[in-house]
Amino acid sequence: MSIEKQVDPGRRGLLVATCAAGGVAGLATAGAFVSTFQPSERAKAAGAPVEADIADLKPGEMKIVEWRGKPVWILKRTPEMMESLNKTEDKVADPKSLKEYSMPMPEYCKNQHRSRVEHKEILVTVGICTHLGCSPGKKFEPGPQASLPDDWQGGFLCPCHGSTFDLAARVYKNKPAPDNLDIPPHMYLSDTKILIGKDEKGEA
Amino acid sequence: MAFVEKKLPADAPIAAKALNWVDSRFPLTKLWNDQWGQYYAPKNFNFWYIFGSLAMLVLVLQIVTGIFLVMHYKPDANLAFASVETTIMRDVPWGWLVRYMHSTGASAFFIIIYLHMTRGLLYGSYRKPRELIWLFGVAIFLCLMGEAFFGYLLPWGQMSYWGAQVIVNLFGAIPFIGPDLSLWIRGDYVVSDATLNRFFSFHVIAIPLVLLGLVAAHLIALHEIGSSNPDGVEVKETLGPDGHPLDSIPSHPYYSVHDIFGVSVFLLVFSAVIFFAPEMGGYFLEANNFIPADSLKTPPHIAPVWYFTPYYSILRATTSQFVYALEVGVAAYAALIFFKTKLPSLLKMVAVGAAVVIIIAFNVFEAKFFGVVLMGVSVMILAGLPWLDQSPVKSIRYRPSWHKYVYIVFGIAFVTLGYLGIQPPNDLRTEIAQVCTFIYFGFFLLMPWWSAMGTFKPVPTRVTFHAH
Repeated sequence: MSIEKQVDPGRRGLLVATCAAGGVAGLATAGAFVSTFQPSERAKAAGAPVEADIADLKPGEMKIVEWRGKPVWILKRTPEMMESLNKTEDKVADPKSLKEYSMPMPEYCKNQHRSRVEHKEILVTVGICTHLGCSPGKKFEPGPQASLPDDWQGGFLCPCHGSTFDLAARVYKNKPAPDNLDIPPHMYLSDTKILIGKDEKGEA
Repeated sequence: MAFVEKKLPADAPIAAKALNWVDSRFPLTKLWNDQWGQYYAPKNFNFWYIFGSLAMLVLVLQIVTGIFLVMHYKPDANLAFASVETTIMRDVPWGWLVRYMHSTGASAFFIIIYLHMTRGLLYGSYRKPRELIWLFGVAIFLCLMGEAFFGYLLPWGQMSYWGAQVIVNLFGAIPFIGPDLSLWIRGDYVVSDATLNRFFSFHVIAIPLVLLGLVAAHLIALHEIGSSNPDGVEVKETLGPDGHPLDSIPSHPYYSVHDIFGVSVFLLVFSAVIFFAPEMGGYFLEANNFIPADSLKTPPHIAPVWYFTPYYSILRATTSQFVYALEVGVAAYAALIFFKTKLPSLLKMVAVGAAVVIIIAFNVFEAKFFGVVLMGVSVMILAGLPWLDQSPVKSIRYRPSWHKYVYIVFGIAFVTLGYLGIQPPNDLRTEIAQVCTFIYFGFFLLMPWWSAMGTFKPVPTRVTFHAH
């Protein structure tokens, strides 16, 4: 006697419906577990702007402040450093900062020096490599040195995969990192105080 | 059917009666005999066949030491580093020993597994009918890599932190969903306490459970089909009068004794490392990991632990210029499939279509995405071995002699990639890594052709065995 002959279509239909309903409930439960992986409300709220005091920053010096858990570099560039940007202009992949990495480029920084015009020597940038998220190191001294080209103009070198950036944090061509470093929204509260994470248009 | 218990004589020893009581309710003796006691294994195993047992031993070691470490470890970004370096390493009596056993065990596990896989490669252990054994093995290898990666974050040192940062960001390179995916994995905008907690959960419960299940599947499949051997001869084709293969021997006591000897040698070396060189010159425990995690500063030289470096080198070798070389490679491979295979024309068209899509994708997406893809494929391609290998014989012993050179070149390329992954990158090293990447993939992708080429030696019907 074949099995097919014993199938009760009514019961088989109910069985399929039960499995489908159970499957939906299972998927919904899985969805809840998947959602627990998202950033918690607390993590989302912890993105407040931070204030940085640059009164003690001398030309050629850099300080690091923490914003949203990431290092933000504040570099006061010397006139020679600013001059080097002309030399790197055709060596960098995106001189005009047309592409963005994790945040939109503030309008007021869309220039060669990638800083606000009223303090154009001061570079404010997120020190996280656009390749895989390491924090590049300072290599401000121009000239040939280990891991760097002989015509090095000063800039940053990422220790992880060798991406190089110029003194406006623009990435050199043919490097693993695809984009320039992020410029966070920022504004000057006074000549020596910068607010990072907020500008005239509001918080990032 | 009514429950019938085997009757033992009244004067039978109490142990025999107890075993009989259990066997009537649970197949204890049967399990032991099927899985080891009466498991007939080919008698011509050489030293390459010790690594399966050793992997089992290290798995147990890792689980036991892990249980004791969790008793003192704190999965909290503020406490983790001190709980390892101060509490476990200094305050807990013998804590340092347990920790070094666990950290050395991780590297030992990979050494053993790499040798175990080399054995499979040399003697064609993955060939029909052992494809599933091999696939379970590949899955075990993936789990092991996950286990190692998640575990590496737990000490919360600088290498833990930045290693996790880089690997999680790898997922960020996937087009469209990447950034959200890496955010979802981290549970925060940077590697943080949330990340540490979930990695802890994966490391101590999720992955080990999957791993144990896969190990059971690997062994059940192996003991169902029967082990291969250095001659690649199917011993089940020559049965003796008792119905067991003539060239096989019950694992116990013959291989039990062999394995105990192997375990002794292993433990000798293992203990020497634990007591005299637990950091192994920075290869087992990296110097930068003795500095607490600092989210604002990447160490000047960062490299993964040695067992990941070959794949990491492939990732690093994939620059935007290298993508052009890859395009040529993909086009040539599609041409090879089109002109040099006997596949149905539909499949050929699919292959050519896939190549066109891949080449277009090379031009659309960033090189860093393809670095991630190549790194993933370099591990996953192992799963294809049972079907890529078209050699008429299993074992290297009966292959044309020049096949050995192919394996040696592949081995050198793999080790070179591993070495380069430890070194800081420069232009020359990147170029060497790119050549080795081509050799690595060429070895596997061209295997259907080269593995069938040459004059094969006749395979004997019985295994080669000299009694000692």
